[in-house]
Amino acid sequence: MIRFWKRFYDWVDERVQLSGLVEFMGKKYVPVHRHSIWYYFGGVSLFLFIIQVVTGILLLLYYKGGEELAFESIQFIMSKVQFGWLIRSIHSWTANLFILAAMIHMFSVYFEKAYRKPREFTWITGMLMFFLALGFGFSGYLLPWNELAFFATKVGTDIAGVIPVIGKPIMVFLRGGEEVTGATLSRFFGFHVAVFPGIFTVFLGIHLLLVQRQGMSEPLEFENESTAERKTMPFFPNFLLRDLLFWLIVLNLLAILAVFFPWELGKKADAFAPAPAGIKPEWYFLFMFQTLKYIPGTVLVFDGEVLGILLFSLAGLLWTLVPFWDRKSSRGEKSRSINYIGLFVVLYIIILTIIGWVA
Amino acid sequence: MNGFSTDNFQQSKRDFLKYFLGGGVVVWLAAVLYPILAYLKPPKEGDVEVTSVKAGKVSAMEKETGTIVRFGNKPVILVRTSAGEFRAFTATCTHLDCTVQFRKDMGLIWCACHNGKYDLNGRNVAGPPPRPLDEYRVIVQGEDIFISRKA
Repeated sequence: MIRFWKRFYDWVDERVQLSGLVEFMGKKYVPVHRHSIWYYFGGVSLFLFIIQVVTGILLLLYYKGGEELAFESIQFIMSKVQFGWLIRSIHSWTANLFILAAMIHMFSVYFEKAYRKPREFTWITGMLMFFLALGFGFSGYLLPWNELAFFATKVGTDIAGVIPVIGKPIMVFLRGGEEVTGATLSRFFGFHVAVFPGIFTVFLGIHLLLVQRQGMSEPLEFENESTAERKTMPFFPNFLLRDLLFWLIVLNLLAILAVFFPWELGKKADAFAPAPAGIKPEWYFLFMFQTLKYIPGTVLVFDGEVLGILLFSLAGLLWTLVPFWDRKSSRGEKSRSINYIGLFVVLYIIILTIIGWVA
Repeated sequence: MNGFSTDNFQQSKRDFLKYFLGGGVVVWLAAVLYPILAYLKPPKEGDVEVTSVKAGKVSAMEKETGTIVRFGNKPVILVRTSAGEFRAFTATCTHLDCTVQFRKDMGLIWCACHNGKYDLNGRNVAGPPPRPLDEYRVIVQGEDIFISRKA
Protein backbone atom coordinates (compact mmCIF):
# COMPACT_ATOMS: atom_id res chain seq x y z
CA MET A 1 0.00 0.00 0.00
CA ILE A 2 2.73 2.43 1.01
CA ARG A 3 4.54 1.58 -2.19
CA PHE A 4 1.46 2.38 -4.17
CA TRP A 5 1.17 5.83 -2.60
CA LYS A 6 4.86 6.45 -3.08
CA ARG A 7 4.52 5.59 -6.76
CA PHE A 8 1.40 7.74 -7.06
CA TYR A 9 3.19 10.68 -5.43
CA ASP A 10 6.18 10.28 -7.72
CA TRP A 11 3.87 10.11 -10.73
CA VAL A 12 2.20 13.40 -9.75
CA ASP A 13 5.48 15.00 -8.68
CA GLU A 14 7.05 14.24 -12.03
CA ARG A 15 4.31 16.20 -13.73
CA VAL A 16 3.51 19.12 -11.41
CA GLN A 17 6.64 19.37 -9.20
CA LEU A 18 5.02 18.82 -5.81
CA SER A 19 8.34 18.59 -3.99
CA GLY A 20 8.75 22.37 -3.84
CA LEU A 21 5.42 22.69 -2.03
CA VAL A 22 6.22 19.85 0.33
CA GLU A 23 9.58 21.38 1.15
CA PHE A 24 7.88 24.74 1.79
CA MET A 25 5.36 23.08 4.12
CA GLY A 26 8.15 21.32 6.00
CA LYS A 27 9.98 24.59 6.61
CA LYS A 28 6.93 26.48 7.82
CA TYR A 29 7.22 27.43 11.49
CA VAL A 30 4.78 29.08 13.84
CA PRO A 31 6.22 31.40 16.50
CA VAL A 32 5.55 30.29 20.06
CA HIS A 33 4.93 33.03 22.65
CA ARG A 34 2.36 33.98 25.23
CA HIS A 35 -0.03 35.34 22.57
CA SER A 36 0.17 32.28 20.33
CA ILE A 37 -3.35 31.22 21.23
CA TRP A 38 -4.80 33.97 19.02
CA TYR A 39 -3.31 32.31 15.95
CA TYR A 40 -6.04 29.66 16.16
CA PHE A 41 -8.95 32.01 15.52
CA GLY A 42 -8.11 32.62 11.88
CA GLY A 43 -8.09 28.88 11.29
CA VAL A 44 -11.32 28.34 13.15
CA SER A 45 -13.01 31.12 11.13
CA LEU A 46 -11.92 29.28 8.00
CA PHE A 47 -13.33 26.04 9.37
CA LEU A 48 -16.68 27.69 10.15
CA PHE A 49 -16.77 29.18 6.66
CA ILE A 50 -16.24 25.72 5.17
CA ILE A 51 -19.12 24.40 7.29
CA GLN A 52 -21.28 27.23 5.94
CA VAL A 53 -20.42 26.33 2.36
CA VAL A 54 -21.21 22.65 2.92
CA THR A 55 -24.45 23.13 4.88
CA GLY A 56 -25.44 25.97 2.56
CA ILE A 57 -25.16 23.71 -0.48
CA LEU A 58 -27.18 21.05 1.36
CA LEU A 59 -29.93 23.57 2.15
CA LEU A 60 -29.98 24.64 -1.50
CA LEU A 61 -31.15 21.16 -2.45
CA TYR A 62 -34.53 21.82 -0.83
CA TYR A 63 -34.83 25.57 -0.36
CA LYS A 64 -37.18 27.42 -2.69
CA GLY A 65 -37.00 31.17 -3.09
CA GLY A 66 -40.14 33.26 -3.39
CA GLU A 67 -42.78 34.83 -1.20
CA GLU A 68 -45.12 31.85 -1.39
CA LEU A 69 -42.46 29.15 -1.17
CA ALA A 70 -39.57 30.19 1.05
CA PHE A 71 -41.14 29.78 4.49
CA GLU A 72 -42.90 26.56 3.48
CA SER A 73 -39.72 25.08 2.03
CA ILE A 74 -37.86 25.66 5.31
CA GLN A 75 -40.78 24.12 7.18
CA PHE A 76 -40.42 21.17 4.84
CA ILE A 77 -36.66 20.96 5.45
CA MET A 78 -37.19 21.04 9.21
CA SER A 79 -40.05 18.57 9.43
CA LYS A 80 -39.88 16.21 6.45
CA VAL A 81 -36.29 15.98 5.24
CA GLN A 82 -34.18 13.54 7.24
CA PHE A 83 -31.80 15.54 9.44
CA GLY A 84 -33.06 18.70 7.76
CA TRP A 85 -33.55 20.29 11.19
CA LEU A 86 -29.91 19.53 11.98
CA ILE A 87 -28.49 20.99 8.77
CA ARG A 88 -30.52 24.17 9.06
CA SER A 89 -29.78 24.58 12.75
CA ILE A 90 -26.06 24.11 12.15
CA HIS A 91 -26.14 26.64 9.31
CA SER A 92 -27.81 29.23 11.55
CA TRP A 93 -25.59 28.59 14.56
CA THR A 94 -22.43 28.51 12.47
CA ALA A 95 -23.35 31.86 10.96
CA ASN A 96 -23.27 33.36 14.45
CA LEU A 97 -20.13 31.55 15.58
CA PHE A 98 -18.42 32.49 12.33
CA ILE A 99 -19.01 36.17 12.92
CA LEU A 100 -17.90 35.79 16.54
CA ALA A 101 -14.71 33.92 15.55
CA ALA A 102 -13.96 36.45 12.81
CA MET A 103 -14.45 39.27 15.35
CA ILE A 104 -12.06 37.66 17.84
CA HIS A 105 -9.56 37.09 15.03
CA MET A 106 -9.91 40.72 13.91
CA PHE A 107 -9.47 42.20 17.39
CA SER A 108 -6.51 39.95 18.21
CA VAL A 109 -4.80 40.98 14.98
CA TYR A 110 -5.58 44.60 15.83
CA PHE A 111 -4.15 44.46 19.35
CA GLU A 112 -1.06 42.56 18.19
CA LYS A 113 -0.67 45.17 15.42
CA ALA A 114 -0.19 42.27 13.05
CA TYR A 115 -1.62 44.51 10.31
CA ARG A 116 1.59 46.58 10.30
CA LYS A 117 3.96 46.61 7.35
CA PRO A 118 4.25 44.30 5.39
CA ARG A 119 0.81 42.78 6.11
CA GLU A 120 -1.49 45.64 5.08
CA PHE A 121 -3.10 43.61 2.30
CA THR A 122 -3.81 40.71 4.64
CA TRP A 123 -5.61 43.09 7.01
CA ILE A 124 -7.59 44.80 4.24
CA THR A 125 -8.74 41.53 2.66
CA GLY A 126 -9.64 40.31 6.14
CA MET A 127 -11.74 43.42 6.80
CA LEU A 128 -13.47 43.11 3.42
CA MET A 129 -14.31 39.50 4.27
CA PHE A 130 -15.66 40.66 7.62
CA PHE A 131 -18.00 43.16 5.95
CA LEU A 132 -19.06 40.43 3.55
CA ALA A 133 -19.74 38.17 6.53
CA LEU A 134 -22.12 40.83 7.87
CA GLY A 135 -23.72 40.92 4.42
CA PHE A 136 -24.05 37.15 4.49
CA GLY A 137 -25.73 37.42 7.88
CA PHE A 138 -28.12 40.16 6.82
CA SER A 139 -29.11 38.54 3.52
CA GLY A 140 -29.36 35.02 4.91
CA TYR A 141 -31.57 36.23 7.73
CA LEU A 142 -34.34 37.14 5.27
CA LEU A 143 -34.36 33.82 3.39
CA PRO A 144 -36.77 31.96 5.75
CA TRP A 145 -39.23 34.80 5.06
CA ASN A 146 -40.48 34.98 8.64
CA GLU A 147 -41.89 37.90 10.59
CA LEU A 148 -38.65 38.87 12.35
CA ALA A 149 -36.66 38.71 9.12
CA PHE A 150 -39.25 40.74 7.25
CA PHE A 151 -39.14 43.65 9.66
CA ALA A 152 -35.37 43.42 10.18
CA THR A 153 -34.97 43.76 6.43
CA LYS A 154 -37.46 46.63 6.25
CA VAL A 155 -35.55 48.52 8.93
CA GLY A 156 -32.09 47.61 7.62
CA THR A 157 -32.80 48.67 4.06
CA ASP A 158 -34.69 51.76 5.22
CA ILE A 159 -31.58 52.80 7.16
CA ALA A 160 -29.61 52.61 3.92
CA GLY A 161 -32.33 54.78 2.41
CA VAL A 162 -31.79 57.70 4.80
CA ILE A 163 -28.27 58.41 3.49
CA PRO A 164 -28.51 61.64 1.48
CA VAL A 165 -28.53 61.47 -2.34
CA ILE A 166 -27.29 57.90 -2.86
CA GLY A 167 -29.44 56.33 -0.14
CA LYS A 168 -32.73 56.08 -1.99
CA PRO A 169 -31.35 54.39 -5.15
CA ILE A 170 -29.39 51.96 -2.94
CA MET A 171 -32.55 51.11 -1.02
CA VAL A 172 -34.54 50.51 -4.20
CA PHE A 173 -31.67 48.42 -5.58
CA LEU A 174 -31.53 46.29 -2.44
CA ARG A 175 -35.29 45.87 -2.17
CA GLY A 176 -35.89 45.35 -5.86
CA GLY A 177 -38.59 48.01 -5.61
CA GLU A 178 -39.99 50.54 -3.17
CA GLU A 179 -41.10 47.97 -0.61
CA VAL A 180 -39.75 44.75 0.89
CA THR A 181 -41.48 42.07 -1.19
CA GLY A 182 -40.77 38.79 -2.94
CA ALA A 183 -38.49 40.81 -5.24
CA THR A 184 -36.30 41.59 -2.22
CA LEU A 185 -36.19 37.91 -1.32
CA SER A 186 -35.03 37.00 -4.84
CA ARG A 187 -32.27 39.59 -4.72
CA PHE A 188 -31.09 38.64 -1.24
CA PHE A 189 -31.09 34.99 -2.26
CA GLY A 190 -28.87 35.83 -5.23
CA PHE A 191 -26.49 37.89 -3.08
CA HIS A 192 -26.36 35.20 -0.41
CA VAL A 193 -25.65 32.17 -2.57
CA ALA A 194 -23.82 33.62 -5.58
CA VAL A 195 -22.51 37.18 -5.34
CA PHE A 196 -21.10 37.14 -1.80
CA PRO A 197 -19.57 33.64 -1.95
CA GLY A 198 -17.88 34.49 -5.23
CA ILE A 199 -16.30 37.70 -3.95
CA PHE A 200 -15.53 36.14 -0.57
CA THR A 201 -13.63 33.28 -2.17
CA VAL A 202 -11.37 35.68 -4.07
CA PHE A 203 -10.51 37.63 -0.89
CA LEU A 204 -10.05 34.41 1.05
CA GLY A 205 -7.63 33.11 -1.58
CA ILE A 206 -5.53 36.29 -1.41
CA HIS A 207 -5.69 36.32 2.39
CA LEU A 208 -4.49 32.71 2.75
CA LEU A 209 -1.87 33.07 0.06
CA LEU A 210 -0.41 36.10 1.85
CA VAL A 211 -0.40 34.29 5.19
CA GLN A 212 1.52 31.42 3.59
CA ARG A 213 3.95 33.67 1.77
CA GLN A 214 4.69 36.03 4.65
CA GLY A 215 4.33 33.59 7.52
CA MET A 216 2.70 34.37 10.84
CA SER A 217 3.12 37.84 12.22
CA GLU A 218 5.13 38.01 15.40
CA PRO A 219 4.56 40.34 18.35
CA LEU A 220 6.78 43.42 18.43
CA GLU A 221 8.67 42.37 21.56
CA PHE A 222 9.24 38.91 20.06
CA GLU A 223 10.92 40.48 17.06
CA ASN A 224 13.46 42.19 19.32
CA GLU A 225 14.53 38.97 20.99
CA SER A 226 17.62 37.20 19.73
CA THR A 227 17.09 34.28 17.42
CA ALA A 228 18.27 31.88 20.10
CA GLU A 229 15.56 33.02 22.51
CA ARG A 230 12.73 32.69 20.01
CA LYS A 231 10.71 29.54 20.25
CA THR A 232 8.90 28.11 17.24
CA MET A 233 6.81 25.12 16.39
CA PRO A 234 6.67 23.35 13.02
CA PHE A 235 3.41 24.08 11.25
CA PHE A 236 3.28 20.56 9.94
CA PRO A 237 2.28 18.52 11.82
CA ASN A 238 2.44 20.16 15.29
CA PHE A 239 0.44 23.32 14.69
CA LEU A 240 -1.93 21.71 12.21
CA LEU A 241 -2.85 18.98 14.69
CA ARG A 242 -3.58 21.59 17.36
CA ASP A 243 -5.67 23.47 14.80
CA LEU A 244 -7.61 20.31 14.01
CA LEU A 245 -8.19 19.62 17.70
CA PHE A 246 -9.69 23.08 18.13
CA TRP A 247 -11.86 22.53 15.02
CA LEU A 248 -13.11 19.28 16.51
CA ILE A 249 -14.04 21.04 19.75
CA VAL A 250 -15.90 23.73 17.80
CA LEU A 251 -17.72 21.07 15.78
CA ASN A 252 -18.84 19.43 19.00
CA LEU A 253 -19.99 22.76 20.39
CA LEU A 254 -21.99 23.28 17.19
CA ALA A 255 -23.61 19.88 17.48
CA ILE A 256 -24.61 20.62 21.08
CA LEU A 257 -26.05 24.02 20.13
CA ALA A 258 -27.91 22.67 17.10
CA VAL A 259 -29.42 19.74 18.97
CA PHE A 260 -30.30 21.35 22.27
CA PHE A 261 -31.06 24.86 21.03
CA PRO A 262 -32.56 24.29 17.58
CA TRP A 263 -33.02 27.43 15.54
CA GLU A 264 -36.61 28.67 15.57
CA LEU A 265 -38.47 29.36 12.34
CA GLY A 266 -41.09 31.69 13.81
CA LYS A 267 -44.18 32.93 12.01
CA LYS A 268 -44.44 33.51 8.29
CA ALA A 269 -43.93 37.12 7.19
CA ASP A 270 -47.12 39.08 6.60
CA ALA A 271 -46.90 42.55 5.12
CA PHE A 272 -50.26 43.32 6.73
CA ALA A 273 -49.41 42.37 10.30
CA PRO A 274 -47.90 44.73 12.87
CA ALA A 275 -44.26 44.31 13.86
CA PRO A 276 -44.08 41.84 16.77
CA ALA A 277 -43.13 43.14 20.21
CA GLY A 278 -39.52 42.59 21.29
CA ILE A 279 -38.19 42.68 17.75
CA LYS A 280 -34.40 43.03 17.60
CA PRO A 281 -31.68 42.66 15.00
CA GLU A 282 -29.06 39.91 15.20
CA TRP A 283 -26.62 40.40 18.08
CA TYR A 284 -23.82 41.62 15.82
CA PHE A 285 -25.91 44.57 14.67
CA LEU A 286 -27.28 45.28 18.15
CA PHE A 287 -24.68 47.85 19.24
CA MET A 288 -25.39 49.99 16.19
CA PHE A 289 -29.14 49.55 16.63
CA GLN A 290 -28.85 50.61 20.28
CA THR A 291 -26.72 53.64 19.40
CA LEU A 292 -29.32 54.82 16.89
CA LYS A 293 -31.88 54.77 19.70
CA TYR A 294 -29.80 57.24 21.73
CA ILE A 295 -29.16 59.75 18.97
CA PRO A 296 -31.91 62.38 19.06
CA GLY A 297 -34.14 62.93 16.02
CA THR A 298 -32.16 65.96 14.93
CA VAL A 299 -28.64 67.01 15.88
CA LEU A 300 -28.03 70.67 14.92
CA VAL A 301 -29.21 70.64 11.30
CA PHE A 302 -28.56 66.94 10.70
CA ASP A 303 -31.02 64.12 10.86
CA GLY A 304 -30.04 61.95 13.84
CA GLU A 305 -30.22 58.70 11.91
CA VAL A 306 -28.13 60.03 9.04
CA LEU A 307 -25.51 61.28 11.46
CA GLY A 308 -25.35 57.93 13.24
CA ILE A 309 -24.97 56.00 10.00
CA LEU A 310 -22.33 58.33 8.64
CA LEU A 311 -20.40 58.10 11.92
CA PHE A 312 -20.46 54.30 11.86
CA SER A 313 -19.40 54.25 8.20
CA LEU A 314 -16.52 56.61 8.97
CA ALA A 315 -15.45 54.53 11.98
CA GLY A 316 -15.54 51.37 9.86
CA LEU A 317 -13.45 53.03 7.18
CA LEU A 318 -10.85 54.30 9.66
CA TRP A 319 -10.70 50.88 11.29
CA THR A 320 -10.10 49.24 7.90
CA LEU A 321 -7.34 51.73 7.09
CA VAL A 322 -5.54 51.41 10.44
CA PRO A 323 -2.29 50.03 8.87
CA PHE A 324 -1.96 53.32 7.01
CA TRP A 325 -2.42 55.75 9.86
CA ASP A 326 -0.72 53.77 12.61
CA ARG A 327 2.81 54.76 11.55
CA LYS A 328 4.39 53.84 14.90
CA SER A 329 3.68 50.12 14.66
CA SER A 330 5.01 50.03 11.12
CA ARG A 331 8.28 51.47 12.42
CA GLY A 332 8.35 48.77 15.09
CA GLU A 333 7.57 51.16 17.94
CA LYS A 334 4.96 50.61 20.62
CA SER A 335 1.80 52.55 20.01
CA ARG A 336 -0.35 52.88 23.07
CA SER A 337 -3.01 55.08 21.51
CA ILE A 338 -3.95 52.21 19.20
CA ASN A 339 -4.53 50.02 22.26
CA TYR A 340 -6.72 52.67 23.88
CA ILE A 341 -8.79 53.10 20.74
CA GLY A 342 -9.18 49.34 20.40
CA LEU A 343 -10.12 48.98 24.05
CA PHE A 344 -12.70 51.72 23.70
CA VAL A 345 -14.21 50.03 20.63
CA VAL A 346 -14.36 46.62 22.34
CA LEU A 347 -15.94 48.04 25.50
CA TYR A 348 -18.38 50.14 23.48
CA ILE A 349 -19.52 47.13 21.45
CA ILE A 350 -19.82 44.87 24.52
CA ILE A 351 -21.67 47.40 26.68
CA LEU A 352 -24.13 48.51 24.00
CA THR A 353 -24.77 44.93 22.92
CA ILE A 354 -25.62 44.01 26.51
CA ILE A 355 -27.89 47.05 26.92
CA GLY A 356 -29.56 46.27 23.61
CA TRP A 357 -30.00 42.66 24.63
CA VAL A 358 -31.53 43.43 28.03
CA ALA A 359 -33.62 46.40 26.90
CA MET B 1 12.81 69.34 -43.01
CA ASN B 2 11.44 66.30 -44.66
CA GLY B 3 12.15 64.15 -41.59
CA PHE B 4 10.45 66.67 -39.29
CA SER B 5 7.22 66.65 -41.23
CA THR B 6 7.21 62.84 -41.28
CA ASP B 7 7.65 62.91 -37.49
CA ASN B 8 4.81 65.35 -37.23
CA PHE B 9 2.68 63.23 -39.42
CA GLN B 10 3.59 60.14 -37.35
CA GLN B 11 2.75 62.00 -34.16
CA SER B 12 -0.65 63.17 -35.33
CA LYS B 13 -1.38 59.71 -36.70
CA ARG B 14 -0.49 58.28 -33.27
CA ASP B 15 -2.68 60.88 -31.53
CA PHE B 16 -5.53 60.14 -33.86
CA LEU B 17 -5.27 56.41 -33.18
CA LYS B 18 -4.92 57.03 -29.42
CA TYR B 19 -8.11 59.09 -29.24
CA PHE B 20 -9.94 56.91 -31.71
CA LEU B 21 -9.13 53.70 -29.85
CA GLY B 22 -9.41 55.25 -26.39
CA GLY B 23 -12.76 56.75 -27.30
CA GLY B 24 -13.78 53.41 -28.73
CA VAL B 25 -12.98 51.69 -25.44
CA VAL B 26 -15.04 54.25 -23.51
CA VAL B 27 -17.99 53.91 -25.85
CA TRP B 28 -17.68 50.13 -25.72
CA LEU B 29 -17.60 50.19 -21.90
CA ALA B 30 -20.65 52.43 -21.82
CA ALA B 31 -22.47 50.13 -24.23
CA VAL B 32 -21.72 47.16 -21.96
CA LEU B 33 -22.31 48.84 -18.61
CA TYR B 34 -25.43 50.82 -19.42
CA PRO B 35 -27.70 47.82 -20.00
CA ILE B 36 -26.33 46.14 -16.86
CA LEU B 37 -26.92 49.19 -14.67
CA ALA B 38 -30.35 49.72 -16.18
CA TYR B 39 -31.13 46.06 -15.56
CA LEU B 40 -30.32 46.46 -11.84
CA LYS B 41 -32.99 49.11 -11.44
CA PRO B 42 -36.29 47.36 -10.78
CA PRO B 43 -39.12 48.39 -13.09
CA LYS B 44 -41.93 50.48 -11.60
CA GLU B 45 -44.77 48.18 -10.77
CA GLY B 46 -48.19 49.42 -11.67
CA ASP B 47 -49.42 50.86 -8.38
CA VAL B 48 -52.85 49.53 -7.59
CA GLU B 49 -54.86 52.73 -7.65
CA VAL B 50 -57.19 52.35 -4.71
CA THR B 51 -59.33 55.21 -3.52
CA SER B 52 -61.49 53.43 -1.02
CA VAL B 53 -61.73 50.04 0.64
CA LYS B 54 -64.31 48.29 2.78
CA ALA B 55 -62.60 47.73 6.08
CA GLY B 56 -65.14 45.58 7.92
CA LYS B 57 -68.29 45.70 9.96
CA VAL B 58 -69.01 48.00 12.88
CA SER B 59 -70.27 45.14 15.04
CA ALA B 60 -67.08 43.17 14.45
CA MET B 61 -64.91 45.84 16.10
CA GLU B 62 -65.09 46.46 19.79
CA LYS B 63 -64.21 49.77 21.41
CA GLU B 64 -60.51 50.28 22.15
CA THR B 65 -59.25 47.90 19.51
CA GLY B 66 -57.23 48.31 16.36
CA THR B 67 -56.71 46.29 13.21
CA ILE B 68 -54.58 46.41 10.09
CA VAL B 69 -56.49 46.80 6.83
CA ARG B 70 -55.12 46.20 3.35
CA PHE B 71 -55.36 49.42 1.35
CA GLY B 72 -54.13 48.57 -2.13
CA ASN B 73 -50.67 47.26 -1.31
CA LYS B 74 -50.23 49.44 1.76
CA PRO B 75 -51.22 48.61 5.32
CA VAL B 76 -53.62 51.00 7.09
CA ILE B 77 -54.46 50.87 10.79
CA LEU B 78 -58.11 51.23 11.76
CA VAL B 79 -58.71 52.14 15.41
CA ARG B 80 -61.93 52.33 17.36
CA THR B 81 -61.59 54.72 20.27
CA SER B 82 -63.12 54.34 23.72
CA ALA B 83 -65.86 56.74 22.56
CA GLY B 84 -66.68 54.34 19.75
CA GLU B 85 -65.30 56.61 17.06
CA PHE B 86 -63.37 55.14 14.09
CA ARG B 87 -60.05 56.51 12.92
CA ALA B 88 -57.64 55.32 10.26
CA PHE B 89 -53.98 56.11 9.59
CA THR B 90 -51.23 54.72 7.45
CA ALA B 91 -49.80 51.79 9.43
CA THR B 92 -46.23 52.40 8.26
CA CYS B 93 -44.14 53.97 11.00
CA THR B 94 -42.58 57.23 9.82
CA HIS B 95 -39.31 56.28 11.51
CA LEU B 96 -37.97 53.15 9.77
CA ASP B 97 -40.84 51.58 7.92
CA CYS B 98 -42.13 49.04 10.48
CA THR B 99 -45.84 48.33 10.83
CA VAL B 100 -47.49 49.89 13.89
CA GLN B 101 -50.16 48.41 16.17
CA PHE B 102 -52.85 49.62 18.59
CA ARG B 103 -51.97 49.14 22.26
CA LYS B 104 -54.99 49.10 24.53
CA ASP B 105 -52.85 49.28 27.70
CA MET B 106 -51.18 52.48 26.47
CA GLY B 107 -54.19 53.85 24.64
CA LEU B 108 -51.77 54.61 21.83
CA ILE B 109 -50.56 53.48 18.46
CA TRP B 110 -47.19 51.81 19.04
CA CYS B 111 -44.31 50.62 16.89
CA ALA B 112 -42.49 47.55 18.22
CA CYS B 113 -39.29 48.14 16.32
CA HIS B 114 -37.99 51.23 18.11
CA ASN B 115 -40.68 52.03 20.65
CA GLY B 116 -42.23 54.88 18.68
CA LYS B 117 -45.59 56.14 19.96
CA TYR B 118 -48.44 58.02 18.29
CA ASP B 119 -51.64 59.28 19.90
CA LEU B 120 -55.02 58.44 18.45
CA ASN B 121 -54.81 61.48 16.20
CA GLY B 122 -51.72 59.97 14.58
CA ARG B 123 -49.39 62.52 16.16
CA ASN B 124 -45.89 61.26 17.03
CA VAL B 125 -45.80 61.75 20.81
CA ALA B 126 -42.78 59.70 21.93
CA GLY B 127 -39.77 57.82 20.61
CA PRO B 128 -37.92 58.30 17.36
CA PRO B 129 -40.70 58.88 14.75
CA PRO B 130 -40.03 62.21 13.02
CA ARG B 131 -43.52 62.81 11.57
CA PRO B 132 -47.15 62.01 12.36
CA LEU B 133 -48.95 59.19 10.58
CA ASP B 134 -51.01 60.20 7.54
CA GLU B 135 -54.71 60.14 8.31
CA TYR B 136 -57.34 58.39 6.22
CA ARG B 137 -61.03 59.23 6.04
CA VAL B 138 -63.38 56.74 7.67
CA ILE B 139 -66.99 56.60 6.55
CA VAL B 140 -69.56 54.42 8.29
CA GLN B 141 -72.52 53.48 6.13
CA GLY B 142 -74.94 51.44 8.14
CA GLU B 143 -72.97 48.41 9.28
CA ASP B 144 -70.06 48.85 6.89
CA ILE B 145 -66.84 50.77 7.51
CA PHE B 146 -65.14 52.35 4.50
CA ILE B 147 -61.69 53.88 4.43
CA SER B 148 -60.59 56.36 1.79
CA ARG B 149 -57.63 58.59 1.12
CA LYS B 150 -57.94 62.16 2.32
CA ALA B 151 -57.98 64.55 -0.58
